[in-house]
Amino acid sequence: MAATTTVPSAGPVAGSRSFLRRLREGDEIARLITFLFAASVVLVTLLLIFELWQGSALARHKFGLQFFFTRVWDPIAEQFGALPFIYGTVITATVALVIAVPLGIGAAIFLAELAPARLSDTLEFFIDLLAAVPSVIYGLLGFLAVVPLMRDYVQPGLKNTLGFLPLFTGPAYGVGFLTAGIILAIMVIPYIISVSREVLMSVPRDQREAALGLGSTRWESTWKVVVPFARTGIMGSIFLALARALGETMAVTMVIGNAPTISASLFSPGDSIASVIANQFTEATGDLYLQALVELGLVLFLLTFLLNGFARLLIVITAQRGGETAHP
Amino acid sequence: MSPRLRWRKLVSGFMLTMTGVCALVAVSVLFLILGYLVYNGGRSINWNFFTKLPTPVGETGGGMANAIVGSAKLLLLASLLGVPIGFLGAIYLAEFSGSKVAFVVRYAADLLNGVPSIVIGIFAYSLVVLPFKHFSTLAGGFALGLMMIPVTLRSTEQFLLAVPRALREAAMALGASKWKTIATVIVPAAYRGILTAVLLAFARVAGETAPLLFTAMGNRYWSPGWKQPTASLPVMIFTYAVSPYEDWHRQAWAAGLVLLGLVLVINIVARAVLARGIAVPRA
Repeated sequence: MAATTTVPSAGPVAGSRSFLRRLREGDEIARLITFLFAASVVLVTLLLIFELWQGSALARHKFGLQFFFTRVWDPIAEQFGALPFIYGTVITATVALVIAVPLGIGAAIFLAELAPARLSDTLEFFIDLLAAVPSVIYGLLGFLAVVPLMRDYVQPGLKNTLGFLPLFTGPAYGVGFLTAGIILAIMVIPYIISVSREVLMSVPRDQREAALGLGSTRWESTWKVVVPFARTGIMGSIFLALARALGETMAVTMVIGNAPTISASLFSPGDSIASVIANQFTEATGDLYLQALVELGLVLFLLTFLLNGFARLLIVITAQRGGETAHP
Repeated sequence: MSPRLRWRKLVSGFMLTMTGVCALVAVSVLFLILGYLVYNGGRSINWNFFTKLPTPVGETGGGMANAIVGSAKLLLLASLLGVPIGFLGAIYLAEFSGSKVAFVVRYAADLLNGVPSIVIGIFAYSLVVLPFKHFSTLAGGFALGLMMIPVTLRSTEQFLLAVPRALREAAMALGASKWKTIATVIVPAAYRGILTAVLLAFARVAGETAPLLFTAMGNRYWSPGWKQPTASLPVMIFTYAVSPYEDWHRQAWAAGLVLLGLVLVINIVARAVLARGIAVPRA
C-alpha cells in the first residue's frame, strides 16, 4: 500500500522553478540508484539459474533423463547417475519428517493453545535461537557425539528389538541414513514450530469458543476444530521444513557416511545430493564430472524452489482464511 | 461424571501434557547443544587458539588465528555486498516502486533466500573462481554476501513499511522532497528494525560453511591477499571434526564454541535492539 504513494511532485506552493526541478531531480536520482540495487537482486537470481543451466549443459546432453535413473556413479569411467543421491536425500528427509512433524506440531500446539503468552514468547525465543545454530555445529556434535552413541547403543538396541524389519539390519557403523535423518529432524523442528505456532494463533477465537460451548474438552476443541482449521498452514510449515531438509549440507555430509549406496537398511552409509556436491566438487577432474555435480545442484535448486513456492502458497491461504472468518 | 466423560477428560489431559513434553524436548535440545559445547569447548579453548597458526599435521598445539581473521575478512566482504543491496533495494521497494516491479523483486529475493547454501557455492564458483582461476577470499565473501541480500532486503522493507503514514505526510507537508523524507524521517524512524535485520542476516552467514568449501577453500597459513584462499572458522570446524586426530577434535570443539557463541550473541543483541513488544519478522 505504501509502495504506491508516489508524491504528486513537490507541489506548486513556493520557490522558483529551478529549485523545484533540483528537488525533483534529487528524487529521480535517489529513485534510479535504489532501483539499480533492487534490480541487481533480480539480475543475480536470473544469473544463478542461467549459470546452473549453462554449467550442466554437457552432462544434461550426454545423460538426458537417464541421469535420474542410473545407479552408477563412477568418475573414472565417466559414468554418472544421480539415483543413489536422490534416494539418500529422500530417505534422510523422510526420516527427519517422521520424527520432526509430530514433535514440532505437538510443541506448536502447546505454545499456541496452552502456554500463557509470556511463557509462549520465551519458549519461542529459544526456538528462534535453535533455528540460528549453524549447520556445521550440528555436524560437529553429530559426528563426535551422536555417531558413537548411535553405534554403541541406539543401533544395536534397534536391531535387537525391531531387527525383523529390513530397515534396521546390517552392521552398525554409527554413520548412515538414520543418523543423518535424526540430525536433520532436530534442525528442521524449529521451522515447523515457528510457522505452525503462528498459523494456529491466527485461528479465530470463536472457533475455539464454539467447540468448548458445545461441550468438547480442551483437547477435542484443539484437535478436532483448531488444528483442522489451520491444516493448510501446518502443511505449509512441513513443506518449508522439507525444503530445508533437502538442501541441508554440512550436518548431513558429516554423518551420512559418504558412499553412493541404495540400501533398504537405515543403518547403511549413503550420500545425499548436497553431501556429494560438498565432498567431490573440489576433487572433480574433467568437465563432465564437474558438470554432473552442477546438474545435481540444478536438481536440488529446482526441488527446493518448487517446495518453497508451494509452502508459501499454503501459508498465505490459511492466513487469508483466518482473516476472512475473523472479519466477515 | 459418566465414565465416557471421565475418559474424554483423561484423554484431553494426557494429550495436552504430551504437547508440553514436545515443547520441552524441542527447547531442551538448545540447552543440550549449548551445554555440550561449553563443556567440551571450554576445556579445549586457550590463549593459543586465538593467537597461533595451525601446526603441521601430527603435531599438537597451535591455534586458529588465521581462521578467525579469515572469517572476519569474509564477513566484511559479505556485509559490503549484502547490506547496501539489501538496504537500498528495500528503500526502492518500500518507497518508490510500483506494485509490479515490487512483486518481481520480492519474488526474486524469496527465491534466492530458499536456494540451498551449497548451490550458492556452485554459483560463486562458476562466477568468481573460474574466471580468476583461483580459489579466493573474494569468492567466499561474494557467496556469503549473496546470502545476506534476501534476509536484509525483506526485513528492512517490512520495517520501512511499518513507519506510520502520518510521519511521511508530515515531512512532505513541510516541503521536504521525497528522498529527504526518506533520509531524515523514515529511515531514522525504522533504524532499530533495520539494524536488527542486518544483524540477523550477518549472524546467518557467519556460520555458513557449505558456500565456502569451494570458494574461499581453506589455508593452513595466513592468507596473503584478497585473491588468495583463506581459512575460516566454519570450514576449520568441518575439516578438524572429521579428521582422525584427537588434538584436532579438541580444537574443533573450541572453534565450535567460539562460533556458536558469536552467532547466539548476535541473535540476542539483534532482538534486544528492537523495542520490546515489536515482533521480529521472520526471514
